[in-house]
Amino acid sequence: MDAKTIIAKRVAQEFEDGYVVNLGIGIPTLAADFLPTGISVILQSENGFLGLAPLDGPVADVDLVNAGGKAVSIIPGGAVFDSAMSFAIIRGGHVDMTVLGALEVDQEGNLANWMVPGKLVPGMGGAMDLVSGAKKVIVAMEHTTKDGSPKILKKCTLPLTGKGVVNFIITNLCVFEVTPAGLLLLEIAPGVTVDEVRTNTVAEFVIKPQMCTMPIV
Amino acid sequence: MSKITTIEQALEFVQENMTVMIGGFLGAGTPERLIDALVNKGTKNLTCIANDTAMPDKGIGKLVVSRQLKKAVVSHIGTNPETGRQMNTGELEVELIPQGTLAEQIRAGGAGLGGILTPTGLGTIVAEGKEVITVDGREFLLEKSLKADVALIKAHTADTAGNLIFYRSARNFNPLMAMAAKVVIVEAENIVEKGQIDPDQVMTPGIFVDWIIKG
Repeated sequence: MDAKTIIAKRVAQEFEDGYVVNLGIGIPTLAADFLPTGISVILQSENGFLGLAPLDGPVADVDLVNAGGKAVSIIPGGAVFDSAMSFAIIRGGHVDMTVLGALEVDQEGNLANWMVPGKLVPGMGGAMDLVSGAKKVIVAMEHTTKDGSPKILKKCTLPLTGKGVVNFIITNLCVFEVTPAGLLLLEIAPGVTVDEVRTNTVAEFVIKPQMCTMPIV
Repeated sequence: MSKITTIEQALEFVQENMTVMIGGFLGAGTPERLIDALVNKGTKNLTCIANDTAMPDKGIGKLVVSRQLKKAVVSHIGTNPETGRQMNTGELEVELIPQGTLAEQIRAGGAGLGGILTPTGLGTIVAEGKEVITVDGREFLLEKSLKADVALIKAHTADTAGNLIFYRSARNFNPLMAMAAKVVIVEAENIVEKGQIDPDQVMTPGIFVDWIIKG
């Protein structure tokens, strides 16, 4: 199983039946492919609708795109609205869970995912509103950068998307919960050791006494 | 007085140094005919308020490529490398605003409000230089309302009174911007007579709309 699939499958286990969920582009969106049996969620798209679904035919509707501008479809029972309503849903606590990628995340639950000064400045889009308003914020990302540098730090160095907003970090190596006392290691991926997690993590963390292996198959 | 006009006449209202709101999300719901005509006309030094700068060959992105903007007030520029390039060289000023804040600032501009209080951006560089107001023990950022000289809007259907219906995710910022500008120009895919849109189906009341061109 590749890193992205491990992460997406584990993220999918966080879905609860009836949840309203906003998924970021990339690995978070992939999680929707692994919905547990009997669980259905309503996907919110911040450009203005509820009931996001993959494109269900060869014909794309240019006026129906996801927040990445890609053609998608809308489920029966979906609803469309303007951007103020969309962010009233997001900021107002009506989204149960949001899953986003990160450039950096730290042991205080700070998240940086919208700019690298002088190099990459895509803008925050809806991310700052999502992390300030969603009931549960999950960071889903590969544990390290492509060159192996840690992304889970004691303190973020990049400009923040949100301060103290992250609840869980799900990577290809492990699952951390962000608690008021710091990071708690809940699970490790099959075949991964705690030492491996420690080597690839700058942040301090405590191992949960009942720590288990990620329940993914 | 008829609100139906030509693109040429409508764009007389867009002058150099004006602030222009343009609807759309990565090009979906952007009035492409109005943009193309504005590019042809070459009106410069515009401040554009929009969700994003789309792609170099699509929507607002075309106004970036043609160097007609002096400032972009947007939430995202990542899909248009030319915006980033002009920002880095100092040719274009870019003010990045969280998307939900931007939507509410525009809504507030049209709703007669001085601004909004939002938790979004607290503890980040977005909060720098802004007033933090505590309400019932919880902190919020004061974000001022936004208005424009002109709004360029895309609708699916307009009646001759200017009542608008939007379609799918092409709605996005369009109804908000229609409330927040002195002159509102709508590019409508379909134009129908008064009475052909049921009042219950109207998404933007016609009183907000000044001019309509056929999209």
